[in-house]
Order: sequence, then structure tokens, then C-alpha cells
Amino acid sequence: MTLLLVALGGATGASLRFLTDRWVQARHDTGFPWGTLVVNAIGSLILGFLAGAALFGASLPVLQTALGVGLCGALTTFSTFGYESVRLLTGGQRLFGLLNVVGSVLVGLGSGVLGVVLAASIWH
Amino acid sequence: MASPAEARTVREPAGKAASATTWDVPAAVAAGGAIGSVLRWSTSLVWPGPVSTFLVNVLGCLAIGVLMCVITELVTPHRLLRPLLGVGVLGGFTTFSTYVTDALRLALSAPLAALGYLLATVLCCLLAVFVGMTATRALSRGLRREAA
Repeated sequence: MTLLLVALGGATGASLRFLTDRWVQARHDTGFPWGTLVVNAIGSLILGFLAGAALFGASLPVLQTALGVGLCGALTTFSTFGYESVRLLTGGQRLFGLLNVVGSVLVGLGSGVLGVVLAASIWH
Repeated sequence: MASPAEARTVREPAGKAASATTWDVPAAVAAGGAIGSVLRWSTSLVWPGPVSTFLVNVLGCLAIGVLMCVITELVTPHRLLRPLLGVGVLGGFTTFSTYVTDALRLALSAPLAALGYLLATVLCCLLAVFVGMTATRALSRGLRREAA
């Protein structure tokens, strides 16, 4: 059962990442990987919310597995983020690469904290 | 600065083969995402917590380095290979959201460990991509020289 929830969530998350990335990139094709930044921020926000819900005592086991492990895990990506960063850093766009690395981590952390705060406003 | 055409090649997901009118590319992404997510979840059962997230992300980054070098420099891949393995399996296997929440959870009890985890993951992952690409390139060069 858990395996099925993870697989379904993962299939949905990866598809949403693919579609979001193409949608964002079609509008902002500046060489900066906005699409990956956006999906990583959204996924961190949702997972922060779910982690906050668990922290403040809300019991949502099915959602934690399907959305937390499956959807958020697959919606966000470290491999694409890493590859895009290395390509920028080694391809003569060092400033973009550095901005992408520092910006992604800070935006991700900010989104995660925002998710926890949102959960606190409901369950705390 | 790179030319616009070169800048566009920085994009890893989607790929040129992807077309909005075809269903097989999204299907390959979804199938790969399911496989990658189940692999990540299985790893978290063996080593729970940040250790598994760290290992999964570094391993996934090493693999994307190898994969992207092979399919952009060495062979002409099947059009579904990159959506399936790159966007799907490796994208679903590695995770940024769990990296973030791991760090936030660690920060509650051990702020320094959280900072170390944040930095170590980023540094090791970028290094893994670089090593994956460089080693694959060197290996293919060596093999070609041997064949010549």
C-alpha cells in the first residue's frame, strides 16, 4: 500500500515538474534555470507544511506518504539542480551558477519555513 | 558569456525531443518518477533520516553527470531515454524538499549540524556531477584511443 502511494505520488510529482519546468522555461529562457528553482520552492513549501502538521500533532499518514514522500520528493530534484549549476559554473556563466546555488538553497529554506508557519497557524 | 544557443543547452529537463502534442514523453517521465521515488523510499527504510537523503542526492548527482555526458556528447540517444532516466528516474530519486526539511528539523536541535548538512550536500552533489561528467568523458576518450 505504502509502495503504491509513493509510486503514484512520484509519478504525479515528476510529471508536474516536467510540465512546470517547460511552462516556466518557455516564458523565461534567459539561460538561468528558473523552472527548477520554482518546482524546488513549491515542493519545499508543501513538504514544510506537512512536516509542520506532523510537528504540531496532526495525523495525516496517507497524505504524508503520497504527498510528502511521493509527490514532493519527485516534484523537487537535486540532480537537475546540480547538473544545471555545474553546467553554468563550468560553462563561462559562473555568476549565474553561483546565484543558482545560493539562491536555490535560500529560497528552498524560506519556502520550507513558510510551510511550517502555515501549518502552525492551523494546528498550533 | 555563452551564446544563446549554448545557454539553452544548459537546460536538462524537457529536452529537444519533447513535443507538447505527444503523450509518450510525459508517460516516460511519470514512469521514471514512480521508479525513482520508490528507490528513494526504499533507501530511506534502510538508513532513515538525513543520511539517506544525503546518499540518494549524491548518488543521483553522480548518475546525472554520467548520463548527461553520455547522451549529449557520446551517443545519439533514443528520444525517450532522457525523459525516462534523467527527468523521471533521477529527478524522482533525488529530492530538494526533503533536503530542506531535514535541515530545518536538524536546526531545531543542532543548528551547527544543520549548517554542515546544508553545505556538505551542496558541495558533494556538485562535485559528484562534475566527477560523473569528467570521468565518463575521460573513459570514453581512453576507450576510443584503444580502439584506434
